[in-house]
Amino acid sequence: MHDPILQTRGLNSYYGDFQALYDVELDVGEGEVLAIIGANGAGKTTLMRSITGLLTNGPGQIHYRGQDISRLRADEVAELGLAMVPEGRQLFPSLSVKENLMIGAQVGRKGPWDLKAVYDLFPILEERKDQASTSLSGGQQQMVAIGRALMANPDLILFDEISLGLAPIIIKDIYQALPGIIGEGMSAIIVEQDITKALSVSSRVYCLQEGRVSLESASDTVSREDISRAYFGIE
Amino acid sequence: MEWLNAIVQGTLLGGLYALFAAGLSLIFGVMRLVNIAHGDLIVLAAYLGLTVTTATGMHPMAALVIVVPAMALIGYALQRGLLNQTLGDDILPPLLVTFGLSVIIQNGLLEVYTADPQTLNAGALETASVAVGGVALGILPLLTFGIAIAVIWGLQWTFYHTALGRAFRAVSDNQDIAQLMGLNRRHIFGLAMALALGVTAIAGILLGIRTSFDPSIGGGRLIFGFEAVIIGGLGNLWGTLVGGVILGVAQTIGAKIDPGWQLLAGHIAFLVILAVRPNGLFPRVSG
Repeated sequence: MHDPILQTRGLNSYYGDFQALYDVELDVGEGEVLAIIGANGAGKTTLMRSITGLLTNGPGQIHYRGQDISRLRADEVAELGLAMVPEGRQLFPSLSVKENLMIGAQVGRKGPWDLKAVYDLFPILEERKDQASTSLSGGQQQMVAIGRALMANPDLILFDEISLGLAPIIIKDIYQALPGIIGEGMSAIIVEQDITKALSVSSRVYCLQEGRVSLESASDTVSREDISRAYFGIE
Repeated sequence: MEWLNAIVQGTLLGGLYALFAAGLSLIFGVMRLVNIAHGDLIVLAAYLGLTVTTATGMHPMAALVIVVPAMALIGYALQRGLLNQTLGDDILPPLLVTFGLSVIIQNGLLEVYTADPQTLNAGALETASVAVGGVALGILPLLTFGIAIAVIWGLQWTFYHTALGRAFRAVSDNQDIAQLMGLNRRHIFGLAMALALGVTAIAGILLGIRTSFDPSIGGGRLIFGFEAVIIGGLGNLWGTLVGGVILGVAQTIGAKIDPGWQLLAGHIAFLVILAVRPNGLFPRVSG
């Protein structure tokens, strides 16, 4: 594996008194695409919220490029070059398509992604740039959410359930576009319920089960049986 | 003609009410904070104006150059130091804390400035007027109305054409996701409060020139501000101006019928609109 861009060590996350993650140990290499799979409630979204700083963690549990980011606020984490495409897209309803994209650039990081680059990737967004983001179809909203994250020119991008609630044809389009998006040395974590899709774009895969890592493997060699066992906990 | 006069004067008075309301509307829109101390902050601005004018001999309108930034600074500090800590899922803590703040400001003003009514001396501006078609229009009310339009236009422009306004709307929509985009909501809220109290400073100075004030009148200004916001529809700044005008006209018409009815007529107009259109006349279309 390459040098890790992100490491979690003994990561425990809580919602109030409820513990959602137990001792999660995870490494993302520089330029690597990692898939995280797991059933509903396994802790995938909690993991994303912990990494991005939306949940507070204990000290020393998350390192980004050697720096301890576990206690940083989400906006401070974002400035370091970590962006997320949140589950359910979560666009800003009172902002137009273009404004949603421009909010993504708020962190002020330099890089290849700007409005023009996003419009080149998703031409439909340029046609719709002045519309309210809520007026778009689900797939188009997902394009805005992806574009918004790219506008931050992140080094590590997190995709949380990008195929959730979208038509299969749209999911196919988005996954076809992914390699072009993640190229150029960007690292990515893809959280996905569709295991085939997740394995097809990633080099390694982690499976979460009830808040614990139940499997870690290379994506091309992992067997269906191993996944079933890790996913459902059935021996 | 007397009725026309009442309507025109009421409209101009509405400009002042819209200025009371604009800051209130702004901070509610951005951070869902209902600021009970808003009226007392208006009065505080008037007293700051008094101190500046008596210390330097400046005209009250010129004192805006000092009072507006001072109030904006107070707003930012207040938000970062106190009010941010009260914001959360529960709407009660900010209400209680700003209520306490209101009591503190009133009593602080009472200690420093006593209960004697004061006015800001604006010289000829207070009495100057022009006659238009048989109706005498005071220069000060005209100026106030013009400033109200300019302020609301300015706020509207800031909201929809600047990065700051975009940040305000984004944070208002979804605080977590805005934070993910690198916007620190605590700082953004501080800026929103700074902007709101900057507007409040203008309202306070204009109030102080128009009428006498003492530390206890904040509550009444808060009510007028609230009523203007609710009549116009929450989150709609131009609606707030209309709300202020409706309130002002109702008051002057009430006063025309019987001087004792001035305030009552305003409240009745408010209650009628609340009963007929609970969301106000121009509610913001939510996404």
